Amino acid sequence: MSILHTVNKSPFERNSLESCLKFATPGASVLLFEDGIYAALSGTRIEPQVAAALDQITIHVLGPDLRARGFSPERLIAGISVVDYAGFVDLAAEHDVVQAWL
Amino acid sequence: MADMIEVDGKQYAVDEEGYLANLNEWVPGIAGVMAKQDNLELTDEHWDIINFLREYYEEYQIAPAVRVLTKAVGKKLGKEKGNSKYLYSLFPYGPAKQACRFAGLPKPTGCV
Amino acid sequence: MSEVVKKFMYLNRKAPYGTIYAWESLEVVLVGAAFDQDVSVMFVDDGVYQLTKAQDTKEIGMKNFSPTYRTLGDYEIKKVYVDRDSLAARGLTQDDLVAIAWEDMETEEEVDNIVEVIDSARVSALMNESAAIFSF
Repeated sequence: MSILHTVNKSPFERNSLESCLKFATPGASVLLFEDGIYAALSGTRIEPQVAAALDQITIHVLGPDLRARGFSPERLIAGISVVDYAGFVDLAAEHDVVQAWL
Repeated sequence: MADMIEVDGKQYAVDEEGYLANLNEWVPGIAGVMAKQDNLELTDEHWDIINFLREYYEEYQIAPAVRVLTKAVGKKLGKEKGNSKYLYSLFPYGPAKQACRFAGLPKPTGCV
Repeated sequence: MSEVVKKFMYLNRKAPYGTIYAWESLEVVLVGAAFDQDVSVMFVDDGVYQLTKAQDTKEIGMKNFSPTYRTLGDYEIKKVYVDRDSLAARGLTQDDLVAIAWEDMETEEEVDNIVEVIDSARVSALMNESAAIFSF
């Protein structure tokens, strides 16, 4: 069974991402959106945690939320891909379960 | 229930204070109709301020308070226009509030 | 108008768009600017994200209020501070932030950018000097 985990809170304000990465198992996907996109940026205090997680899980970030907050894909940690709204829907459809880390 | 004003046969929604509900709908004729309701005839001098406000909103996404407008007009259109006496002579109901309404902008932020 | 000028600080700690705090704060700052107090606007923690350049909200259907920060100078606010540690923790530098110009029409004194990145000791000192802190 595969899970799509979604995180929409800033990793600097809540422990949503931390819990998500703790419980996500190899093969799972994570979608970062809204304030969750800040976790995908390189050079942050939490980059090592996120980069380490990429060995086991795939991480996506929602482009519209990234651009709204002033960042372009060049600022992302290598290995994180950008999806649009349709891509978000596809991800949800491809996985058996969606777990939202509110 | 939204109030409406009619300009060139078209209806436009305004809020309870007479400000245009959707600023993207604005056409110059709206300013003319609103001015007529206030018993004003729009001159080039009025249009300088109305156009200035629309440009200001476009750049900063905000309708400026009156003293901010005064300062910014002085910077852009010259010191003789950047004073409240001149602006009140054009817009007797308050240069920011009335001119912003004519320009289709929301009520100025910082008007108390 | 009150006769005694007091030091007021607006303390911003939330990222924009995810919650309403950033926009509410900005509105209060602009309305409060009419009262001629000694105002400083402080950005710490996720609040530093409010000032990032190149915000483009077209696709999320929300108003992009980042250009409005550039009017703070027009509203006679001259003190805008950003906590250096908060920037560093997020991989950001001052180059990632908007510049806010300020000009005194009387004296023609001009400042190209009033946004000042300061260390945490200075943040603390400024908080201690404040008669009131409005937290968002």
